[in-house]
Amino acid sequence: MKMNMKRLTACLLAALMVLAMTACGGNSNAPASDAGNSTSGGDAGNGAASGETIKIGCLAPLTGEVSVYGIATSQGIKMGVDEINAAGGIDGRMIELITLDEKGDATEAVNAYNSLVDQGVVAIIGDVTSKPCIAVAELAAEDNMPMLTATGTAAEITTIGGNVFRTCFMDPFQGQIMATFAADNLGAKKVAVMYDIGSDYSQGLADSFKAQAGAKNMEVTAFEGYGTADTDFTSILNKIIATSPDAIFVPDYYGDVSLALIQARTAGYTGAMLGGDGWDGVLGALPADNLSVANNGYFSNHYATADEAAAKFLAQYKTLFGDDGNAFAALGYDSAYIMADAIKRAGSTDADAIVAALAATDLECVTGHVTFDGNGDPIKSVAVTEFKDGEAVLNAKVSA
Amino acid sequence: MVLIVLIKQLVNGIQVGSIYALVALGYTMVYGIVKLINFAHGDFIMVGGYAAVFTVPFLVTLGMPPWLCIPAAVLVCSCIGVLTEKIAYKPLRGAPSLSVLITAIAVSLCLQNLALIFFSSAPRPMSAVFDLKPVTIGSIQFSGISILTILLSLSIMVALQLFIKRTRMGKAMRAVSEDSEAAILMGINTNRTISITFAIGSGLAAMAAVMYCSAYPQVQPYMGSMLGLKAFIAAVLGGIGSIPGAMLGGIVIGLVESLTRHFNSQLADAVVFAILIVVLLVKPAGIMGKNVGEKV
Repeated sequence: MKMNMKRLTACLLAALMVLAMTACGGNSNAPASDAGNSTSGGDAGNGAASGETIKIGCLAPLTGEVSVYGIATSQGIKMGVDEINAAGGIDGRMIELITLDEKGDATEAVNAYNSLVDQGVVAIIGDVTSKPCIAVAELAAEDNMPMLTATGTAAEITTIGGNVFRTCFMDPFQGQIMATFAADNLGAKKVAVMYDIGSDYSQGLADSFKAQAGAKNMEVTAFEGYGTADTDFTSILNKIIATSPDAIFVPDYYGDVSLALIQARTAGYTGAMLGGDGWDGVLGALPADNLSVANNGYFSNHYATADEAAAKFLAQYKTLFGDDGNAFAALGYDSAYIMADAIKRAGSTDADAIVAALAATDLECVTGHVTFDGNGDPIKSVAVTEFKDGEAVLNAKVSA
Repeated sequence: MVLIVLIKQLVNGIQVGSIYALVALGYTMVYGIVKLINFAHGDFIMVGGYAAVFTVPFLVTLGMPPWLCIPAAVLVCSCIGVLTEKIAYKPLRGAPSLSVLITAIAVSLCLQNLALIFFSSAPRPMSAVFDLKPVTIGSIQFSGISILTILLSLSIMVALQLFIKRTRMGKAMRAVSEDSEAAILMGINTNRTISITFAIGSGLAAMAAVMYCSAYPQVQPYMGSMLGLKAFIAAVLGGIGSIPGAMLGGIVIGLVESLTRHFNSQLADAVVFAILIVVLLVKPAGIMGKNVGEKV
């Protein structure tokens, strides 16, 4: 999952300031009080099974450069755990969530992981960003510690050990999903792709879309790249439109996408325009008097704001934390439920039992229906949102 | 069918090119008089864009036509241009031209980062400034904005040419460009002349900003950098310092870009920048520039 980094750095300062204030009051005494509570069950390394509570560790960057992601994810996880506890916990036993800040740094993450192990956690939900996540996964694989990352998108994370799982889909998966959607839901026979040659995200989605289009017997009539700073897409669109595709896939961020939409409609193209989660925010980047250009536009995301479960989650998140929830928060929230569900089905806090139960997950979540493949990657349905006259509506849930 | 697509690409090339031409006019104007390549010119466009984005809703609520944002943007940009000249360039007037060039790059980065702080990096949508119907000839459609941009570029080109050749102020500008010390001896106020040059150059950037944002309705802090670079290449190709040259260079770059995209979309930028290298190697004075030896 990628978000507009430029925009996020702007939010970062604000987030840091908030953290600087809350850290002294709320955040920092959370681990301290957890440490106090844990004396009952913390004497034996893996002996939490004998304690009253079930300890789950959470790793997230709560400060530092990527804290925007970490705070949202950890708040989502906390919200999920609190709900599960309020509903009676796991077979009557409460979950004790121990959240440690790893500052977005691999070394800090390893230290925090060791500290969690010392405190006797039975499973880990984390890490948030890919690099520390890989470092932690290597240790977790050695220790056979059940681990579930909510948002780590790097492909290799789940290949490190059979005990490592993730909740989010990887970026290129969206290309596959949108090609399936074009073939099965829109009945497209001919598709075209235009992508940013300067962006891994855009290129990854474009390549996987092309591959899946081939598998679905659709003809790829054009596969065109443009530069990151380009704002004129009319030449490329003229060329693409001349091949009369049923759908054009534009896997880019909302700023460029809004310009591409305007120019495609001006050039006379009325067919479908498709994209990935980078499209989230397109309506805000379009001039208010020109929202109709987004009609017949579809994009995949971790959840659809118009989806009932997601809308309920987002409303609840806002009342609890005061800020707008995002995909990170939703994935964190789902991770808490997936982990609790696995521990419940395992019937014990034994690592092997939890890992086996995680692998057999079959759960309806905010971000889609989740089962895991042999790697520990989710096989999920993906929400496809459609734009209709300035409104984002849920069009379909697509499985690969 | 192939022919129609090619004609469409030509039309689009002229449309993009007319915006480059408008920007290149500002570059060439300042270079022609002050002998300074103002690399911050692209960022003046960004400033003009923000000025327009913020004044349009204001004008609409007052019931005034939105195109009145042009004078507002021109005013803001001229002030910024004159201020930049006074603060950053004037103290370096006797310094080697390299120092001034580097300062111009610093001004460019400074403006971009100020915009990031004040307006954030999120692109802001720009609502329509002109309500123009497209003109259709056969199966080819010309957008109203591109016709307006071409007409505006042409008339600005003619007006600038007349201003510099026929007016007293224009004469003073040419004198300053020729020999600023001798111009002082002739009783010309060089400081005022240079300030006015910058005011006009920046005002042109503001006009380019409004036309650009009408074609691509979005404003963000980095919008000026690539646009500025391409317009710079257009100015060099046409002959930097030459006003009709800027116009010609802009259109040629727009056409080359559009046609390259048609045949190989990924090569467009590479070809445009290769033009800069070829021009500098083969004909450094550009198509319409006069080949004058550097005074030592």
